[in-house]
Amino acid sequence: MSTTPTRAIVTNKPLARRRLLREEKAEFLNRPGQRGRAVRESLTGYGFLVPWLIGFFGLTLVPMVYSLYLSFTSYNIFSPPKWIGFENYIRLFTKDPNFIQSAQITLIYVLVGTPIMLAAALFVAILLNYREKGSGFFRSAFYAPSLIAASVSVAIVWRAMFSTGGPVDNFQKFIGVDIGGWVGNPEMIMPMMILLAVWQFGATMVIFLAGLKQIPKELYEAAEMDGAGPWHKFRAVTVPMLSPVIFFNLLLGLIGAFQVFGSAYIISNGSGGPAGMTNFITLYLYKTGFSDGRMGYAAAIAWVLLVVVAIIAFILFRTQKSWVHYSGDNR
Amino acid sequence: MTTSSFSEPALVTVENQLDTVAITTNRPSGRRTIKRKTWQTIIWFGSLLIITAVVLYPLVWLFFATFKPNGEFGQPGLLPQQPTLDNYAKMWEGIAGVPMWRFFWNSFVLATFSVIGTVLSSALAAYAFARVHFKGLGVLFAAMIGTLLLPFHVVIIPQYIIFNNLGMIDTYWPLLLPKFLATEAFFVFLLVQFIRQMPRDMDEAARIDGAGHLRIFWSIILPLIKPALITCAIFAFIWAWNDFLGPLLYITSPENYPLPIALRLYNDQTTSSDYGATATASFIALIPILLFFLVFQRFLVEGVATQGLKG
Repeated sequence: MSTTPTRAIVTNKPLARRRLLREEKAEFLNRPGQRGRAVRESLTGYGFLVPWLIGFFGLTLVPMVYSLYLSFTSYNIFSPPKWIGFENYIRLFTKDPNFIQSAQITLIYVLVGTPIMLAAALFVAILLNYREKGSGFFRSAFYAPSLIAASVSVAIVWRAMFSTGGPVDNFQKFIGVDIGGWVGNPEMIMPMMILLAVWQFGATMVIFLAGLKQIPKELYEAAEMDGAGPWHKFRAVTVPMLSPVIFFNLLLGLIGAFQVFGSAYIISNGSGGPAGMTNFITLYLYKTGFSDGRMGYAAAIAWVLLVVVAIIAFILFRTQKSWVHYSGDNR
Repeated sequence: MTTSSFSEPALVTVENQLDTVAITTNRPSGRRTIKRKTWQTIIWFGSLLIITAVVLYPLVWLFFATFKPNGEFGQPGLLPQQPTLDNYAKMWEGIAGVPMWRFFWNSFVLATFSVIGTVLSSALAAYAFARVHFKGLGVLFAAMIGTLLLPFHVVIIPQYIIFNNLGMIDTYWPLLLPKFLATEAFFVFLLVQFIRQMPRDMDEAARIDGAGHLRIFWSIILPLIKPALITCAIFAFIWAWNDFLGPLLYITSPENYPLPIALRLYNDQTTSSDYGATATASFIALIPILLFFLVFQRFLVEGVATQGLKG
């Protein structure tokens, strides 16, 4: 298409333009010798894609289908898989309280932690956007944790900070709240994990900040002329103008939160404790598949996770129309 | 306090000031505005400093903890009362009979090859998605975006079985091969967005001169997208450096452990309460990332920003 030497497109309407391009392409392909060129172009494309194609089919698509098959079997890696139908799934939802708890705490972590993280990121981004001078330092300082938050080091620090006798405990004693360390306390471990998720708000904040800078100043001026206060301006200008970015961050944030693993593993020493309160779905999957060697059952857990993530993504995309505004786009 | 200031850009240009004076009649007098501005700035700095202190406290605490003797853990106070370098000596001896430098080297090898593999394979795939008009482009591009949203854990069991059958357990192949096959859609996507922004004039000129796609990719596109490639390289390095689940699954002998798995040993061992060595090893493991961050923060921050906005 891009090889057409001259092309005068006067109209700006996307549909008409697309039709014009298609006609042009068809006419172009009908010229002698061009079919061969198009085939060669396709072959070149696949040539560039060879590594990606191997990875996509060999390490993603085929394994996914295979794991779907495994989820209907009883399988430990040593003897061949034995077909057992829906038994794994039935067991998961009716006879496995550990799975139910794991699913519950994962959903709580995802659905509570992600919005709090996004709110913190948006709040700080608005704060930083207020003033250009001096904000660069803060932007960097807040961004740094998101690079290391997934590391084992930070999980170790978190565990030490929230243990009995750690800095948080000492501070609590100082202000007269004596609830002890959070690490061994089944009621406090979830807030602690959510705090770790919120701590990495920096990457999201940077995306919000870039979005805020693109909102035309005139919109705020216009709102002000109409007598809008700060809260009203936030609701009527900032949120709608930023909604595509919020949508993007919400989607990636939710999916990322489902995959919390390393920190839960380190903080609970691989046990998912105390009382199963850090036994997130990924950790339960890992323990089932690799510590207990129940690969078929673990594959079923993996597929439940996939379906839940797909449902959440689907719901988000469906509700997109009602709250996400793409400016300058009149589809 | 924060939102009220939207309409008042901090660096008020003369023009703006004239406008405001001309338009507004119900504003307080000039001097009071200035006074209010100063106060706003002070509150702005103050609240950001408080947030900074809270956010960076864990790292500062870790830094000082590396100088604390074991007896001081669990006592109040950020600073060590009797600072010591013993932790560093103990940390350097390593764990499970393997010296610390070995874990460092393993992590370094893994991260370096991850960078090479990721950048090469992702750039190739991104060029095809962004610039070549092949049949099936739409479907495959959608599939690539799909993998961007796919939780990695869904494929760990079959992948483990595959690598186990290939006899690759306790080697670095299961960790590196996926990088050379562009399985991390984030990087492909980021580069596609970047290549699409590049003007096509140069490609077309080269094409008229008879250059093929490979030539255009190598001599025109790659140099043009260098900043994006650097962003990818840094992220690939950091993610490989931090990766825990991969080596946990595939690396079984201690002399092959990268740092995160070695740190797990320290963590398990805390029953023997060597908090100092654990803290020091954790701190040392973060240093390469923090250095990367200090040197390349522009690329990191901008990479994140473009990726988010063009989505």
